[in-house]
Amino acid sequence: MREIAAGLLTGLLFGLGLCLSNMTNPAVVQGFLDIAGAWNPALIFVMAGGVAVTFLGYRLLVPKSRPLWASRFSLPTATLIDAPLIAGAAIFGVGWGLAGYCPGPAVVSLASGRTGVLIFAGAMLTGMILVRWIRAGGWATIRREPAE
Amino acid sequence: MNPFVLAAIGGVLIGLSAVMLMALSGRIAGISGIIGGLLPPKPADDRSWRLAFILGLVLAPVGLRVLTGDDHIGAPTVGTATLIAAGLLVGIGTALGGGCTSGHGICGISRLSPRSMAAVGVFMLTGIATVFVVRHMLGGV
Repeated sequence: MREIAAGLLTGLLFGLGLCLSNMTNPAVVQGFLDIAGAWNPALIFVMAGGVAVTFLGYRLLVPKSRPLWASRFSLPTATLIDAPLIAGAAIFGVGWGLAGYCPGPAVVSLASGRTGVLIFAGAMLTGMILVRWIRAGGWATIRREPAE
Repeated sequence: MNPFVLAAIGGVLIGLSAVMLMALSGRIAGISGIIGGLLPPKPADDRSWRLAFILGLVLAPVGLRVLTGDDHIGAPTVGTATLIAAGLLVGIGTALGGGCTSGHGICGISRLSPRSMAAVGVFMLTGIATVFVVRHMLGGV
């Protein structure tokens, strides 16, 4: 129950931050990426503010042996800069530039009920499921079938 | 209010959210990862907090609209075909690269993770390159 409360509270706060900073406006996001045109640098301050608070906050948590409402910290364990990381980041950036949505703002913008956002979100979930399916061995299953 | 000030305030709220999620639940506030754990095949066991987080994301603009009359949600700038292509690329890319602007960008950089720093450098670069090609070479949006 407490994990649900933590999720709802932090989701609200995160969503509020995305809205106030105009990350939920694809024209602003694309203006930020358009450094050769009418560049709108405002979104640098989202990154700067977010990283400053998170960096300091995480440092304050380092001495803690466990989180307040859970048994342990769940941190990423991968350390290798490998091909999937670089290829994935490169592909994500192209999609981000094309439409001006990254995953958080796309989800927040669903509240507007706009058809375009629903279409983007549907395609995004499809892409995520596709990668998860291939990673789970789905591709190998298909390729094996003709031989069976 | 000045958009630079609003952007900084928004960033601080995002940071507070990331720190609180770590302090309370020990989790990284990475949106693509939170969503991924809800998807087939093999969704994660801890789905309830993920759904609650996403519910919070969607409710935030609703609350903002009630309080201030403006939810800051802009209209899509591109047509249906581009939205579908971009959505697929964002979905495939974040799943393959293990994160997006929040998980790698805010949380990963704050953890001084070399993987996240590399990812952020790459997606900023391809994002900027994509807008450059579309706007200044193809004459689009």
